Amino acid sequence: MTAPLIVFFVLAALAVIGAINLIVQKHPIHSALSLIVVMVALAGLYLLMGAEFVAAVQIIVYGGAIMVLFVFVIMLLNAGVEEHTSISKMAGAPGLLLVVALAGFVAATLARSGASVQAATQTGALSSTKGISEMVFKDFVYPFELTSFLILVAILGATVLAQREKS
Amino acid sequence: MRALLSANVELLITIVKIALLLFIVLTVNAYLTWFERKVVAHIQSRWGPHRVGPHGLLQPLADGVKFLFKEDPTPAGVDKFVYYLAPLLALALALTSIAIIPFGPQPLRLFGHDIYLGIAPPDLNIGILALFAITALGVYGVALAGWSSNSKYPLLGGLRSSAQMVSYELALTMSVVGVLLMAGSFNLRDIINAQARHPQLGIFGWNVWPQILGFFCFFTAAVAETNRVPFDLPEAESELVAGFHTEYASFKFAMFFIAEYTSMITVSCLCTIMFFGGWLSPFPTSWTLTHYLPSMILIPFGLWVIMDGVRYETVFGRLVLPAVGAAIALLGLVFVVLPSVNEFIQGPFWLLSKILTFLFVYVWMRGTLPRFRYDQLMAFGWKLLLPVSIVNVILTSFVILAKMQWGAR
Repeated sequence: MTAPLIVFFVLAALAVIGAINLIVQKHPIHSALSLIVVMVALAGLYLLMGAEFVAAVQIIVYGGAIMVLFVFVIMLLNAGVEEHTSISKMAGAPGLLLVVALAGFVAATLARSGASVQAATQTGALSSTKGISEMVFKDFVYPFELTSFLILVAILGATVLAQREKS
Repeated sequence: MRALLSANVELLITIVKIALLLFIVLTVNAYLTWFERKVVAHIQSRWGPHRVGPHGLLQPLADGVKFLFKEDPTPAGVDKFVYYLAPLLALALALTSIAIIPFGPQPLRLFGHDIYLGIAPPDLNIGILALFAITALGVYGVALAGWSSNSKYPLLGGLRSSAQMVSYELALTMSVVGVLLMAGSFNLRDIINAQARHPQLGIFGWNVWPQILGFFCFFTAAVAETNRVPFDLPEAESELVAGFHTEYASFKFAMFFIAEYTSMITVSCLCTIMFFGGWLSPFPTSWTLTHYLPSMILIPFGLWVIMDGVRYETVFGRLVLPAVGAAIALLGLVFVVLPSVNEFIQGPFWLLSKILTFLFVYVWMRGTLPRFRYDQLMAFGWKLLLPVSIVNVILTSFVILAKMQWGAR
């Protein structure tokens, strides 16, 4: 086994264990922490593929900003240990079935494609910041601007909703 | 064994570098507490620590031993796992961020290997982004410590700090965009080299001048990110006892402390690299006499320490201080005698002196400024720093575009 492959399996295991732990944990903060582990492990996987910029952004945006917001809200609401209702217990069995089905589907697709499992190295446009910015600002400038506009609308909507009514 | 060694020599070098840097950073941290107490004391017309060792120089050691041997109670009702994780996380992330910083321009040639000063590879493309990624995760140490302590003051401190760090991170990131635009790279070495484009300008070629707005935004936001005065609301003593680390004692408290001081060092490094030319000398390159400046500072300082030591009250001081002084003066002498060594230490010398200056500014601010009120803090971050840094980005882009268009150079 080569060193990158070992790193890949460690990170992949970390991501999968984190994802399972996210569901198993009873307390929201513990779940949020597991999700952070998943995010960071994913960033590590991107780094392994040579996509440095994507890895850094993954940690900054998902690991940092978004998850901090999650943790912050959980702390602010002082959410306690989750309670199981009869419906949530009932959802367990079909959920498990769906997980098995999805895993089977992914495994089948991988098996059919016939490619050997190895850490692919990204050498194209995605590997450098310059390549990504050229893609975003030249090739996909309209979808990019549209997405920005969508986010702006969402921010405005959030502001309007959060504003207290004037008495 | 030999084959294994030669195959993994890069790995070995990195491990040695990590150990060395850890030792240096932790020692500097310890003496930073001494420095801070001394400077703040003199600002307030006191003596500061002066009992333990000559000039209180052994005080950090005594503090360290005290931290290690104090009782370490775990309060009832804490979330054990997160409670233990939080200080570890804070310290680990703070120490990791130092690894990105390059400390000198030239590699040290040793046994046929180029050893760069600094742990990260010199061609790390995402340099500053990696640093921001680590900083972004740094919030968790504080926030989780506040939450897991299961006590109201730490919770309030943790909430305050996460809100503050999230708000100021925006301004922090936006304020360096101007510098990145000017350098055209995320790599910290490229950013420094971009400031050396006009070697005859010296200090006036640095990024502070065109990026003065960016610098003020960056420094203010960085001080807020490190939770230091005047932005130390997460640990405001008069309101929150000690904020997020109220329930921590002994070495777990020390870990938060070390994390805070380490991030102070990181921010000082970043300010130096981004805006003050990193390891570049403030003098034009043609002034070769300034290359003897390190010796000109070290030799008189060493002699002064010897003089001071001879007249010191305690026998211990009379022995130790002259020895330290002699070592410093000797170092200065070595730089004069060996020109190649002198050439090599120019970069690190300037980098370290600028970092020390910034650390002094940090302490100076702590001794001078009062704390913000919470709403003022938020308004300052969102309504002043963020817009100013965005304006800075737009201005810089327009200037660069104009230069490209009409070829000002």
